[in-house]
Amino acid sequence: MTNHTHTKCEELLGSLSAYIDGDLNPELCQELEKHLAECDNCRIVLNTTKRTIDLVQTPLEKPDLPEDVRERLFHRLNLDNYLTPKPK
Amino acid sequence: MDRQPSNEISLEALIAGDRAEFARLVDTYSSPIYRLGLRMLGNPQDAEDVLQNTFLNALTHIQNFEGRSSLATWLYRIAANEALMLLRKKKPEVNIEEMEGEEDAEDVRPTQFVDWSALPEEELLSGEGKKALDAAVQQLPESLRIVFLLRDVEGLSIKETADALNLTETNVKTRLLRARMALREHLSAYYSERLPARSEK
Repeated sequence: MTNHTHTKCEELLGSLSAYIDGDLNPELCQELEKHLAECDNCRIVLNTTKRTIDLVQTPLEKPDLPEDVRERLFHRLNLDNYLTPKPK
Repeated sequence: MDRQPSNEISLEALIAGDRAEFARLVDTYSSPIYRLGLRMLGNPQDAEDVLQNTFLNALTHIQNFEGRSSLATWLYRIAANEALMLLRKKKPEVNIEEMEGEEDAEDVRPTQFVDWSALPEEELLSGEGKKALDAAVQQLPESLRIVFLLRDVEGLSIKETADALNLTETNVKTRLLRARMALREHLSAYYSERLPARSEK
């Protein structure tokens, strides 16, 4: 079951990304879920791929623009007069 | 990108040359654009160039904006172009089209099968964990990285990503799969060393 040279695993691997995005047609979706119930490795690949995406989307990974960079940007755009404290 | 504030920005005012409205546009989108530049170019100076050039370009061309995409997608399109142009200048071998026609699954085949997905967030996003994540993103080829950043980090749809990069949706999906699989491989190699031995099957 966990042999990853299995053709089924490779066939379904290409659908994993679309599956995560909820973008897979119902037939393939059912086939993939049936396979996932039986195949440890594919389940691991699915779980860790989802987790990978979660991690890059965490707020910690999205720092705000540094204030000095913002000031230089406004200056470059001749918008100095509009450089008010940044709205929160 | 946060979509909410974009609804409040008046396209009519922007096109009419309203400077205050343009300043609001800048404040709404400068953080995500800077972030994109930082992750594409890998250093703050280049990210700032991408940021400034994007808004200079937007300021020059806002009157030609036809509204076929959202303002956000339009700005991302400009920013992606600026980032890729700067990259090409620094690394002439970079080619955003390099993936065309190469759609076999060979290089997305997983080799790491350790389930680290249940590791606690503190562990996954410790200082060192974040560094590993950033390094893994930096190691993606540019043609995959830009797709991954727009879709998975900034949250554009497949269609918006395709529009922003002038790619087909199929091409975006293929690149996204490759990028996700490559990142997962990197992170699996890193986190599997941090798992208690009992979790390995």
